[in-house]
Amino acid sequence: MPARRRIPALAATTTMVLALTGCSLIGGDSEKADRADQVVLVTHESFALPDEVVDAFEDETGLELVVRASSDAGALATKLALSADNPSGDVAFGIDNTFASRVLDAGVFEPYDAELPEGAERFALAEGGDLLAPVDQASVCINVDSAWFAKRKLEAPSSLEDLAKPAYEDLTAVSSASSSSPGMAFLLATRAAFGEKWDDYWRDLLDNGLKIVDGWTEAYYGEFSAGGEKGTRPVVLSYDSSPAFTLDGPGGRSTTAALLDTCFRQVEYAGVLKGAKNPEGAQELVEFLLGPEVQAALPGSMYVRPVSGEVSVPQEWSANAPEPDDAWEVAPAEIAANRDTWLEEWTDVVTR
Amino acid sequence: MDRAKLGRLAGLAALAAGPLVVLTLFFLLPVAGMVGRGFVVDGTFDPLGVLEVLARPRVGRVLGFTLASATAGTVLSLLLGLPSAYVLSRLDLPARRLVRAVLLVPFVLPTIVVGVAFRDVLGEGGPLGFLGWEQGPVAVVLGLAFFNAAVVIRTVGAAWESLDPRPGEAAAALGATPFQVLTTVTWPALRGSVVSATSVVFLFCATSFGVVLTLGGVRWATVETEIYLLTTSLFDLRAAAALSVLQLVVVVVLLALTARFRAPGAPVARRTSAPRRVRPADAPALAVTALTLAFVALPIITLVQGSLRVGGEWSLDNYRALAGRGSDQALLVPVTDALASSLRIAVDATWMALGLGLLLAVVVTRRSHSPAERRVRSALDAVFMLPLGVSAVTLGFGLLVTLDSGPLDLRDSPLLVPIAQALVALPLVVRTLVPVLAGIDDRQRQAAASLGAGAWRTWLTVEVPVVWKPLLAASGFAFAASLGEFGATSFLVRDEAPTLPVVIFRLLGHPGEMNYGMALAASVVLAATTALVMLAVEQLRVPSLGAM
Repeated sequence: MPARRRIPALAATTTMVLALTGCSLIGGDSEKADRADQVVLVTHESFALPDEVVDAFEDETGLELVVRASSDAGALATKLALSADNPSGDVAFGIDNTFASRVLDAGVFEPYDAELPEGAERFALAEGGDLLAPVDQASVCINVDSAWFAKRKLEAPSSLEDLAKPAYEDLTAVSSASSSSPGMAFLLATRAAFGEKWDDYWRDLLDNGLKIVDGWTEAYYGEFSAGGEKGTRPVVLSYDSSPAFTLDGPGGRSTTAALLDTCFRQVEYAGVLKGAKNPEGAQELVEFLLGPEVQAALPGSMYVRPVSGEVSVPQEWSANAPEPDDAWEVAPAEIAANRDTWLEEWTDVVTR
Repeated sequence: MDRAKLGRLAGLAALAAGPLVVLTLFFLLPVAGMVGRGFVVDGTFDPLGVLEVLARPRVGRVLGFTLASATAGTVLSLLLGLPSAYVLSRLDLPARRLVRAVLLVPFVLPTIVVGVAFRDVLGEGGPLGFLGWEQGPVAVVLGLAFFNAAVVIRTVGAAWESLDPRPGEAAAALGATPFQVLTTVTWPALRGSVVSATSVVFLFCATSFGVVLTLGGVRWATVETEIYLLTTSLFDLRAAAALSVLQLVVVVVLLALTARFRAPGAPVARRTSAPRRVRPADAPALAVTALTLAFVALPIITLVQGSLRVGGEWSLDNYRALAGRGSDQALLVPVTDALASSLRIAVDATWMALGLGLLLAVVVTRRSHSPAERRVRSALDAVFMLPLGVSAVTLGFGLLVTLDSGPLDLRDSPLLVPIAQALVALPLVVRTLVPVLAGIDDRQRQAAASLGAGAWRTWLTVEVPVVWKPLLAASGFAFAASLGEFGATSFLVRDEAPTLPVVIFRLLGHPGEMNYGMALAASVVLAATTALVMLAVEQLRVPSLGAM
């Protein structure tokens, strides 16, 4: 039968194949622009800057900014350490204080040549401060759904200890320290707060129905009662800025709050890569990241706070998302020395 | 005689050379490069350190859970997939092509989205929350089957559809019960494809990353998630290398085992038999198919529903927003652009996978004239299954550390993503084509040759008519697999041209209700695009090839 039926089928396939190959990549944009007027930024997937800011940089310097963003902060650190001496970019951004030691140990960076903005000095690394410049900071804090607690006439928890109290049984969700950077930050906060007894605290949390999911997304959207439609838990691990995104209307008040006594500060750094193909451009880029345009754009595009004391944060932030006065701290060197052991111990505790 | 033998071997080598070069360059070298980093500590080769890692009690637990969950996931995929493959390839049902296309969609959904959808169903507030399955082994196994039943339906369905029904009918006419027909006629003919599907599904299950991470919780780790943890979080390259080698060994053993059991397929008929009417005896198979459909549809419906809601009300705003870059410019390019890049990349990945896969399938299935030759062919067959069994993390970082100099500095080449995806899709292509090509009676080739047809002519008249249809199916599958691939892509993709799954992941990582809604809408678009591709392939499948 069917020679007749085959022809339309063949024709259709051919047309489809031709149509599709018409938009194949081959012969498409395999542009390989001149290296000299390009500067390549290697970063993690959360990186974002407004077009105007990028344009301003390109106009000012005559350089084209190429952003190579992929994977998370941990994978970025691994990638940089593995390709030390032969990096696939000129500048790296997005290494935070919990991963700084890995890249510093691997000798990935050249000293940068730029002035830190006023107020940024307090975020500089004690060791390697000349190699990594602080660009932004954000605090990982427990967030509560204030509306949920108000409706039940229950006072919301306010401290780390509160989370282990029977009144708040089965109410908290956090992300895992082994697979998420806020999870790691929370582990460090409990480490700083409880010292050697931190594992007892985690046992208490688990006995009180703590739920651990793998990432920030799952915790905030999947579990948090104010995060999505299906979440049931009113206490979640997130950031100090998160309440600025849960307003009860435009210009309204936030329905959530960050517990400012539970925070751990994450600082993100940028540095010039050793072996960069455009070292001068790289220096200019680091300087630009520390400059007022980028600093002012950080809250809007990356949900983090500037390190510069000279620029102000958006109004929703100052009204609804205050910054913790002091956060729990663990020195980067101590994190570097103990990171693996702590993670292993933590895994043992939470997977008993 | 000797010269003929040499000629055959040379021909074999020439055909296999292209695929082998690609595999060496983009798979074997990178993996060896990355694993090598773990073996060399402070400049000295230290294999004992790697062995020590394997003695850690945690490694034993991780390996145990990997094998157990993969086995359970494979069994469940087969239990759901085989009856569905039968129903959808042999029975005359309304909308069966649509149903078949829908059942193939899960395979390409981003795991993170499926994880969210699964939790909506199984979680504390969900309709099945009372079961307490939200996280842990049960959820993992359900998740694995959700993704992999599609592979069984596709691989076995294609073979089943092209099966000649007459021997079975003859047996039935001679008094065989349906069960006897199944065991003595149908099963031997299908065994090759079932074993193929089982081995592929097992590999997918054993190396699945996102499903285990989202549905297993912190407690349940597999070799794959452990490699990721060791590499990125702990930077323990030695332990990661040890686990990569362990994974490779397990995969090689598995491939060796399946190669033994993979009997050559029965001669394949050159026509698709017309689907027959439903009989009462088909009730159990129909029931399982309905169950599979419900199982697959529930999370998808949850997803669609979520994408259509904004601020607690029904709305299309999430879809309208796809032309933009999300709130606070969460994305560097609009979602629509990402869809375009995804399609472009998928086209490239598809022709690469098809080209390599077809060459390989031909090489592997040609009749061998000596035991040595047969061994070479089956070894080739197995080697190209390896990409399924290697961690995306190891491969991704491996590409970074090996392809980094001179003309091989392809780290930023736009071709790297399609090449990696083609390697991921290659085993699917090969496994779809091999059973069909192997089922061709070699006497047909000999007959054609004795009538004066050259190698090309023989190929055109004997093989092409049979392979044409599975080839389309394979291209659809490769295309769909490429559309949904996330693991390797997220490592290699360039920022200016992200794929749709990468964009979805990014949207999910940015706060704001709009970004979340857009992520769901983009997932629906991805699922719908895939379903359309699969449907197109279903439509293009030529109903009869017997005319040639």
